Amino acid sequence: MSRIALAVVTPALAACSGRPPVLDPGGPQAARIASYWWLNFWIAVVVLAAVIAFLVDTVVRRRATLTTAIVPVEPRAERRVMIGVSVAVGLTAVTLLGLVIADATTGRGLRSLSGEEPAVTIEVTAQQWWWDAEYWDPVPSQRFRTANEIHIPVGRAVLVKTKSLDVNHSFWVPGLHGKQDHIPGHNSSLTLKADHPGRFAGRCAEFCGLQHAHMQLLVFADPPEVFEAWRAAQRRPAAEPTSQPALRGRDVFMSGPCVLCHTVLGTPAGARLGPDLTHVGSRTMLAAGTVLNTPGHLGGWITDPQSIKPGNRMPASSFPADDLQALIVYVSGLK
Amino acid sequence: MRRAVDPPHDAVARVELERAWSTPPGFLGWLTSARHTSVATRYIVTAFGFFVLGGVLAALMRLQLARPNLHLIGPDLYNQIFTMHGSTMMFLFAVPIMEAFAIYLVPLMIGTRNVAFPRMNNLGYWIYLIGGILLWTAFLLNVGPDAGWFAYVPLSGPGYSPGKRVDIWAQMITFTEIAALVAAVEVVVTVFKLRCPGMALNRMPIFVWSMLVMAFMVIFAMPAIMVSSTMLAMDRLVDTHFFNPAEGGDALLWQHLFWFFGHPEVYIIFIPATGFVSAIIPTFARRPIFGYPAMVLSLIATGFLGFGLWVHHMFATPLPQLGATFFTVSSMMIAIPSGIQVFCWLATLRLGRVVFRAPLLYALGFIALFVAGGLTGVMQASVPLDLQVHDSYFVVAHFHYVLIGGAVFPLLGALLYWLPKISGRMPNERLGRWGFAVLFIGFNLTFFPMHVLGLGGMPRRVYTYAADTGWATGNLMTSLGAVVLTIGFVLFLANVAWTLRWGPPAGDDPWSASTLEWATSSPPPSYNFAYLPTVDDRDPLWSPTEQPVVTGLRTDVREILITDAIDATPDHRQHLDGGSIWPFLTAVAAGIGVITAIFTPWGVTIGAVLCAITLTGWFWPRVPSGREARRSA
Repeated sequence: MSRIALAVVTPALAACSGRPPVLDPGGPQAARIASYWWLNFWIAVVVLAAVIAFLVDTVVRRRATLTTAIVPVEPRAERRVMIGVSVAVGLTAVTLLGLVIADATTGRGLRSLSGEEPAVTIEVTAQQWWWDAEYWDPVPSQRFRTANEIHIPVGRAVLVKTKSLDVNHSFWVPGLHGKQDHIPGHNSSLTLKADHPGRFAGRCAEFCGLQHAHMQLLVFADPPEVFEAWRAAQRRPAAEPTSQPALRGRDVFMSGPCVLCHTVLGTPAGARLGPDLTHVGSRTMLAAGTVLNTPGHLGGWITDPQSIKPGNRMPASSFPADDLQALIVYVSGLK
Repeated sequence: MRRAVDPPHDAVARVELERAWSTPPGFLGWLTSARHTSVATRYIVTAFGFFVLGGVLAALMRLQLARPNLHLIGPDLYNQIFTMHGSTMMFLFAVPIMEAFAIYLVPLMIGTRNVAFPRMNNLGYWIYLIGGILLWTAFLLNVGPDAGWFAYVPLSGPGYSPGKRVDIWAQMITFTEIAALVAAVEVVVTVFKLRCPGMALNRMPIFVWSMLVMAFMVIFAMPAIMVSSTMLAMDRLVDTHFFNPAEGGDALLWQHLFWFFGHPEVYIIFIPATGFVSAIIPTFARRPIFGYPAMVLSLIATGFLGFGLWVHHMFATPLPQLGATFFTVSSMMIAIPSGIQVFCWLATLRLGRVVFRAPLLYALGFIALFVAGGLTGVMQASVPLDLQVHDSYFVVAHFHYVLIGGAVFPLLGALLYWLPKISGRMPNERLGRWGFAVLFIGFNLTFFPMHVLGLGGMPRRVYTYAADTGWATGNLMTSLGAVVLTIGFVLFLANVAWTLRWGPPAGDDPWSASTLEWATSSPPPSYNFAYLPTVDDRDPLWSPTEQPVVTGLRTDVREILITDAIDATPDHRQHLDGGSIWPFLTAVAAGIGVITAIFTPWGVTIGAVLCAITLTGWFWPRVPSGREARRSA
């Protein structure tokens, strides 16, 4: 039986090419959870191995056939085994008590970050099937919105307020922290901190309908000066297009269906149904992490979003070929 | 050592008993049957049918997830498939099959002729069948529920799930609630009042105890889902706004109500499975179970604790920390009674001998898999760790270890163990061992990699994933493992088919086991025992002393012996109802009402009127039939 277990474990470990994000922490909270995991993992390995070893040993020693007479109950052997069972139950209880203490310590460690003054506050509003992120600032003109990709400064506490506009969602960036559900009618938040620069993949973890699979979120942990530069750029309204196709693309955007749902700051487009596109050209992915943000994908997404992400809320729009080209130039130019 | 509880007796009594207890032949007899073994067999076959259907859905999901970015199944169909898989396995397979085993075995194990309410038993089956047919017909018509087996609001509410898909789910729940409650009441009353003389509570087989605890848990857990599914149906049908945050309702309330049922549900499935193990292990260890009082108290403790940990399904929701800690502790605490049971099984084997037969293999496999699943369960009791693994494939791995490893393995073992009793034929030992080996390996190949996928960040309920996620290898291994697992199930079913067709005669007691169901013929006669047994021991068939049997019960009419709930001292004789068409008609009436209520609130009125008519027919006072009247005169 142990050979079977070995045969099972080896390929499974081989399957985790690269370390799984839960065990490859990018911040103090994920690190605390990962060390609590390893404590549990080793306890589990020891307990399971002990039970299986005992079972195998018993089977080997006590083999018999159905014709074997009923084994009489011997009080002395019973008593000895009763002591063994009691010790095992006691050890179980003590181990569980230890785990409860370790759990409480880990939980306290996780919460300790909430005491820090957050450097950045982001209100993340989940909806079917994308994330709206508003970087909060006491000065209204300094607030800005983005979608599906957020940047945070390394080494600073970041407060993420989680809200939902429609159904339940869950904010999960396993490299940084555990989940926080977005539940309509309930406000919740979590505090994150990254301790090294990097890109952390996140996704919606609560089933939210047709495109639950394509509701991803990218978190970029930037060195503080990079973050500041990014934030300053995001606060600016969209740059005036300079090239001829981009100018035409802007006209197509403003006179077409795009303005019904999207915002581009600095232009008349101000609708809030879809993601804010003011700086969409600076994002790496489209459609909440579904495809890379390339002009080709953008064109496909505008003309036939339903085949890229079936069921999503973006309607297909048809444009004459050169209008479409101009639109792509304009939208990808919104850096 | 062994001795017959059922002594030789006059043939006249057997003929009379057969006439009094047998089911009339033909289709009508089939519809009206009041025989507990027939209803239970039907239940078992139906539940296994749903198990196969649920398994086909699982195979479809593994096909779609085998490679990244596959487009075999679109999101709409995939969401229906995983919802149907969960709902079918939980509501149409796992709970009903446990109840079915209880209905089959409890009367035999406690030495009586039938369950306490034979007609209600029949009603439960038809209700269950109608619910299952409703769900699967809807699915085949592309109206299958698609909001998950947990149907979280607001997604399942009127705003985000238009159409009738979720209503079908909610009403299927109504059917299974009725069927489960019927079976639970049946088991509780049968166990408390119909035990044979001498079978005091402290002599009851652990199996019967586990079914009793399961039945009580059903009685306390089902009202929560009954309330919540009805509120959901009302939100959808008549705009009650119970769960609509925009109108003062609360989306979290659903989660509380659902998991207050949903967590005990897991134990409703698991506790009977431990009962199977506690029946199989002593037989093949050739000695009584070790630590009987500790085992019984563990079962009862699990039954209570099972109601105190539903919030561990909700750790990621905005709930206060202090409350969460309470549920962490209660969730970890349940490892203690489970641990006691595992240690007692190990002790039983250690102090006895190990007869290596197929049913025991399943019990041993269960111990290994259940301990593994229990350990990952302890991990998820902790809030910090649960925040990472919750709703990821780690959880999928965990609950398949406890549900397949912890419940289906014992169930398959139980089927092989009692198949000789049910069919009168012995299963094929070689095929049984091969089936077990392939199932065990296939199970681990399928579900072990899911732990790694979950830690790798793969959420549940996604219909596809990108190639750059790092999940491709793990998913491929899981899908290939599912092929092995499927072969294992096919081998198992082939063994059952072989047994029914070619199995050698089993005799009364092929395993030389200790409980009363082995004291009668295989399959049991319609009256179970010609003379009701009495017992003075927990393992009556292993007891060296000669036991008297009960005499004086009438053999020409359906008469059973009612005994005291604690000590099982004889109390009085009771006439038991025979078959009737009214339970079937009542099930049809209720079915019409519940299904119509999916479309219009008038369904409630129509159903109430139809049920009033059929129940009136059911309970209409009748003059005893000619023969009975003559005899009692």
